[in-house]
Amino acid sequence: MKTIDERPVQVQPARGTRWKKHHAEDVAGRSYTFICAALLIVIILSIVYFVASKGLATFFRDGVSLSDFLFGTTWDPEGNNGEPMYGVLPFIFGSFATSLLAALIASPLSICASLFMTEIVPGWGKKLLQPVIELLAGIPSVVYGFIGLTVVVPFLRNVFPGQGIGIAAGAIVLSVMILPTITSVAADALASLPRGLKESSFALGATRWQTISRVILPTVLPSILTGVVLGMARAFGEALAVQMVIGNAPHIPRSLFESASTLTSVITLDMGNTVMGSAHSNALWSMALALMFMTFVFVMIVRLLERRHRI
Amino acid sequence: MIKMKKSLLMLCTLALVVMLAACGSKNTEDTSSASGAATDDKSSATELSGSILAVGSTALQPLVEQAAQKFMAESQYSKIQVQVQGGGSGTGLTQVAGGQADIGNSDVFAEEKLKDEAKDLVDHQVAVVAMAAVTNPDVGVDSLTKQQLVDIFTGKVTNWKEVGGKDEKIVIVNRPASSGTRKTFEKYALGTSTEDLKGSIQEESSGTVKKIVAESPGAIGYLALSYLDDKVKVLKYEGVEATVENVTSGKYPVWAYEHMYTKGEPKPEVKAFLDYIASDAVQNGDVVELGYIPVSKMEVKRDAEGNITK
Amino acid sequence: MRAKLTDKIATFFIVVFSLLIVAVLVGLIGFILVRGLSHIDWHFLTSVPQTIREGGGIGPQLFNSLFLLVLTLIITIPLGLGAGIYMAEYAKPGKITGTIRLVVEVLSSFPSIVVGLFGLLLIVNTFGFGFSLFSGALVLTIFNLPLMVRITEQAFRSVPKEQKEAGLALGLSKWKIISSVLFPVALPSIVTGTVLAAGRVFGEAAALLFTAGMSTPRLDFTNWNPLSPTSPINPFRPAETLAVHIWKINSEGLAPDAAQIAAGASAVLVILVLLFNLFARWLGGVLYKAMTASKRMG
Repeated sequence: MKTIDERPVQVQPARGTRWKKHHAEDVAGRSYTFICAALLIVIILSIVYFVASKGLATFFRDGVSLSDFLFGTTWDPEGNNGEPMYGVLPFIFGSFATSLLAALIASPLSICASLFMTEIVPGWGKKLLQPVIELLAGIPSVVYGFIGLTVVVPFLRNVFPGQGIGIAAGAIVLSVMILPTITSVAADALASLPRGLKESSFALGATRWQTISRVILPTVLPSILTGVVLGMARAFGEALAVQMVIGNAPHIPRSLFESASTLTSVITLDMGNTVMGSAHSNALWSMALALMFMTFVFVMIVRLLERRHRI
Repeated sequence: MIKMKKSLLMLCTLALVVMLAACGSKNTEDTSSASGAATDDKSSATELSGSILAVGSTALQPLVEQAAQKFMAESQYSKIQVQVQGGGSGTGLTQVAGGQADIGNSDVFAEEKLKDEAKDLVDHQVAVVAMAAVTNPDVGVDSLTKQQLVDIFTGKVTNWKEVGGKDEKIVIVNRPASSGTRKTFEKYALGTSTEDLKGSIQEESSGTVKKIVAESPGAIGYLALSYLDDKVKVLKYEGVEATVENVTSGKYPVWAYEHMYTKGEPKPEVKAFLDYIASDAVQNGDVVELGYIPVSKMEVKRDAEGNITK
Repeated sequence: MRAKLTDKIATFFIVVFSLLIVAVLVGLIGFILVRGLSHIDWHFLTSVPQTIREGGGIGPQLFNSLFLLVLTLIITIPLGLGAGIYMAEYAKPGKITGTIRLVVEVLSSFPSIVVGLFGLLLIVNTFGFGFSLFSGALVLTIFNLPLMVRITEQAFRSVPKEQKEAGLALGLSKWKIISSVLFPVALPSIVTGTVLAAGRVFGEAAALLFTAGMSTPRLDFTNWNPLSPTSPINPFRPAETLAVHIWKINSEGLAPDAAQIAAGASAVLVILVLLFNLFARWLGGVLYKAMTASKRMG
């Protein structure tokens, strides 16, 4: 009896401490990881709060109306011709025009590259293009801007009317910068396709192009669009490279080869020269707020596309 | 396996400690920097020490940087650390008015950017920068009058043949509206502010302006004298050449002071640095070497409203 | 027949476009290297920049880039690992998890200039860190964190289910399974991903203009006291990185050889990114071998 009685008494505390240690470890690990994850929310909330607190001052403190800001075409923040005007439509137009055009140039190339990697020569095609894509993604934007100014701009100047500076130059530089984004998303989507899909198409006697154009591309279209939107988001937010080649005139240009501005280029150009808290500076913060808002829109579009893809 | 677990735990705790330490220093930073500055003041009675932060104008940055390096190399100032940052005149004035920087470097008078805060700032003029209109070498013009420049920059004249040059379209390479360089050029060369024309190019930095003017046929822009070389054609203004002599004698009007602002009277170590920059060694040495004009050489003076006195 | 012909034409175009991309890259790298390599020598890599004289180097800038990277990784890795593990192992589908996922997506596509401005406002001015390596590292953390979270989460999710179940069957606690079963398996892909993501730190300039500053104080490379202002490892000193330096000399360079310095610095930057890519691949491979071998032994 005694021995039987003693056993649980001996074992239980041991089990208890071990269990407690495990439990403590578990709770610590869980809380630590949760704190890390929660930190992300803190970061984004503080970014939104601080940018908004500056950006909204334009409307609440400086009394600029939202419609004048978004749809006004005159940007004269220093009031060189009477009242200061804060119309940022030319910049919004410039941002959309450059990023859309960049996506238009980059998308066909990226889709071809991803098809090359997955469908045409899956073996060495991937070995060749994968590092190329990663390197393109790794080249710093300052270097892109520098090359844009020394290669793309003189080229455009010689071939087309105008100074070579403008939306076209910006879009060309950006298209190379967003190629990797679109290509890697598209290649991932293509690689994750079930084999059966392709094989049954081939079994029906379809050629490779028929299979690609009628079976593969329609299936992965939402994913490819996701890549395109992500690429556009990157193009929309890129600052230094664009600012170096776009010319920065605060007007809606008459052609692709005329000096124009984007939201980011104006912020980089003017932020250092303005005094924090002045109406001009606040207007720049409002543009940063608009950029942030657009990021949310892009992410929402991506989510919608992904949801459709899942169904 | 056990070793691995232990090392992992160690790693995690280490990470936590680093994080906590970072958080801790974050909280103490504000107060410690303030009290640190206060104690520096007291100890400076015997030997100057402490750190000076000068922020602002990129046009003035090379001079302040070079002067700071020499200043710190002097044995009596070896305990003073001078940090120089760019960021633009606006940033400089913001930070000096807000107390984050000891010195705010600016291309313009503080009154032109700030309203009430400008009263607290003390101006130290350390150099003069002159600017010249420059063109692409192919336009075939070597002097422009004030009216011709106004016509070009307001878009009334769009072809070089209208001002005596080749038959070529004029391409304006301007600065952004907030730029100090543009303010100076508009105020003293054009006498009027201009709006941004359609198709005009705007660049903030002198290097980019020079590159574009040098490469684009028909381009006109303006640069500080220190950036001029034979890649661009330097125009005479009203027939007066943009030379140091013409600026100091007051014949050539397109120039501006480079300011170093302090909030109130400067701390002893800041004053020592400002005095050092104003000393003859720097004024006649580095200032000239870097392409600025020493303030002491100026035979004319100018105030914030632009009134000139001999 | 027509189908076959279209097929051939389509294949031709796909191949041509793909090769075009390769050609663009080769052209880009070639352009950068040809212009820059001739300027790179030991002196260029180690000496300090000159304001107006010829012969300036990029020594401090190179050091700053590397040191900033280390600082950023010190902050990012523990946080990113933690958040990634939470997302992969603890998070239950629900509002919070959904929000965090959204936040990761938004943060990773935030324009760098917006994050830079935020850094200027909060970290540099409000917290009073000034233009410093530390401010720069915090801002870069904001960029790197979402990448790190995504890499960690994917790496943990790709660990075979059986390994986890075996751990559970042994009665191990969840944390133990994560730390001693899943983590070693996930490590190689985490490391590869981290090193690749770190390459981005090298190239970032827009955000650093406003946070780490555009100048470097005189550095004394014999002084390793992290609190001394002249010490290279003092995290609270301003620091101009290589990418920012390229931007600066392109825009305001007064030295007669500014163009060559910009070209040389660009080449150095690209070579560093190249090395990083190769290193990431090599390290991933080595770790994979080491980890799988150690498991067999255990």
